[in-house]
Amino acid sequence: MAISTSTPPDGPSGTMPTGTDPDPDGDLLRRRTLLHRLDVGGAPYAFIAPFFVVFAAFSLYPLIYTWWISLHRVELSTLNLMEWVGFDNYTALWNDERFWNALLNTFTIGVLSTVPQLMMALGLAHLLNYQLRGSTFFRVAALTPYATSVGAAALVFTMLFERDFGMINWMLNLVGVDNIDWENNKWAAQTAISTIVIWRWTGYNALLYLAAMQAIPRDRYEAAAIDGASRWQQFLKVTVPGIRSTIVFTIVLSTIGATQLFGEPLIFGQGPNGITGGADNQYQTLGLLLYEEGWKNYQMGRAATVAWAMFLLLIVVFVVQQVVRRVLARRT
Amino acid sequence: MTTDSIPVRTADTCPEAAPKARRNTAPGGRRRPLFRHPGAGRQHHAGPVAYILLGIAALFSLFPLYWTLVAASTDNTRVTQTPPPFLPGPHLLDNLGKAWRDAALGKAMLNSMIVAGAIALSTVLFATLAGFAFAKLRFKGRNILLMLVIGTMLVPPQLGVVPLFMMMSELGWGQTLPAVIFPTLVSAVGVFFMRQYLTEALPDELVEAGRVDGAHSLRIFWSIVLPIARAPMAVLFMITFVHAWNDFFWPFIVLDMTNPTVPVALTQLSAGYVRDQSLIMAGALLGTLPLLAMFVVFGRQIVGGIMQGAVKG
Repeated sequence: MAISTSTPPDGPSGTMPTGTDPDPDGDLLRRRTLLHRLDVGGAPYAFIAPFFVVFAAFSLYPLIYTWWISLHRVELSTLNLMEWVGFDNYTALWNDERFWNALLNTFTIGVLSTVPQLMMALGLAHLLNYQLRGSTFFRVAALTPYATSVGAAALVFTMLFERDFGMINWMLNLVGVDNIDWENNKWAAQTAISTIVIWRWTGYNALLYLAAMQAIPRDRYEAAAIDGASRWQQFLKVTVPGIRSTIVFTIVLSTIGATQLFGEPLIFGQGPNGITGGADNQYQTLGLLLYEEGWKNYQMGRAATVAWAMFLLLIVVFVVQQVVRRVLARRT
Repeated sequence: MTTDSIPVRTADTCPEAAPKARRNTAPGGRRRPLFRHPGAGRQHHAGPVAYILLGIAALFSLFPLYWTLVAASTDNTRVTQTPPPFLPGPHLLDNLGKAWRDAALGKAMLNSMIVAGAIALSTVLFATLAGFAFAKLRFKGRNILLMLVIGTMLVPPQLGVVPLFMMMSELGWGQTLPAVIFPTLVSAVGVFFMRQYLTEALPDELVEAGRVDGAHSLRIFWSIVLPIARAPMAVLFMITFVHAWNDFFWPFIVLDMTNPTVPVALTQLSAGYVRDQSLIMAGALLGTLPLLAMFVVFGRQIVGGIMQGAVKG
């Protein structure tokens, strides 16, 4: 551990003049020995070093190295042989229909899962913000799906969405709707996968919103009430602006999550269909495509290209978000 | 030296601290809020409509888990009939035992415990160290470095899986637990969370007093910071544990079925051609039980922790 390098050994050592100074206000400067200065100057850096070291080694470096690998042909069986191919992987990806399909699927599933999720989270947070009996129960209940792993959640929902005996089709039959083939119909499959995401994350986001709502000063509501704002207007004019930064934060987190969607569609496809995202790739996401290229087709260079494309996509999405925010801010 | 700067619950700072006799606000009591929100306000009492809507939301949240239990306790023929069963059947223990054997869940559970435990421990340790430095120590570049920590949240680690996989192969760590543990030893969210807490809860005078007594930084951390930060550390431990237990993408890539974590083992259950739905559900139930147990016991603390980590100006 690097932590102890800059800290002197325990207790006052022989060279350290210890408070013989009767001055109770403690003239600290007089006892600043070299060791003490080293400690005060160096310790903070030692304390934060582990975070940055691990981040650099396991997040930043791999991300940059991904770019380098994407310019090569690398096979899974011979990882040490890297053949320079320049931008061939990128042109191949650009001309690959599966890539555009996965990109579109990632986008549509992302929208289908994120928009309703955050809307419902906002409503749920608002409800949880009332004076409630049993508020703890409602909060814990809302958060319980978050404790369910992707694996377990996807298995349960895959079964609920089963075509022949699934509970959801059974309920639809009750109201006169025929069985829906949730797995093979493109929009149905994407809706089902989005449902898994929504179920797992709505409560979590609601709690983030609730925390922000509770930090809104009460006098803002009182002022709005005096101005004759209805509850709905108070919600729109006080609550939503008051938690704007948290809303932005959740949008960012959900976007990152949606871009990397992997476990839900993989397990929803149950086996061989999972990796390709359905028989016709109807719900293959970029995450699945990355995995398929690297660990099913053994082309690590191509997998790295997909990863880098995902990264670019994230950057594009954030730039667009910034632009939209600016435009909206100007209009209000 | 006193440590009674801990925020006391009032109806303002903590909504559910309505004055009831059984509420305990004693120091060291379980019901202290971790953070204070000045002037935080909730406006109205909930009406019946709010309760109905909340009830529906709770039902949606909990029903899939209840149904997992139902499906896991019936047999495959019953579970695939319509109308579907709504009450638990008699086969729960048989199915759990079978799923346990079929999916090698015993080993997976142990692996997940090791992985999630190690990640949660190291995250808490490093986050508290770094959080203390960012909250109370003065050093050059503090604000820029803190911005950098927050900025790292925007770099999805999953995008580096290809070189990570190569690194692990080179190190000879393929299919081993260290390959899963090391990349997630630290968390930016954790650092930020501890910094927020310590900024409020740790009085500057205490740190100064330690300095005057000639204690060096690590000693101050050990004797002053750790005792104060015990509650948020426990919460951070649990939240990190949940995340690590449920992490899927990277473990799925780097581990194989001979040495899986729980979510990886669960994929095995559903990938067969002959699918026994009750067994699949029994596996899903087993894989979720440890976390559900944690939620039943510490749900309120975990909720509080997530809410505290969220407050951003």
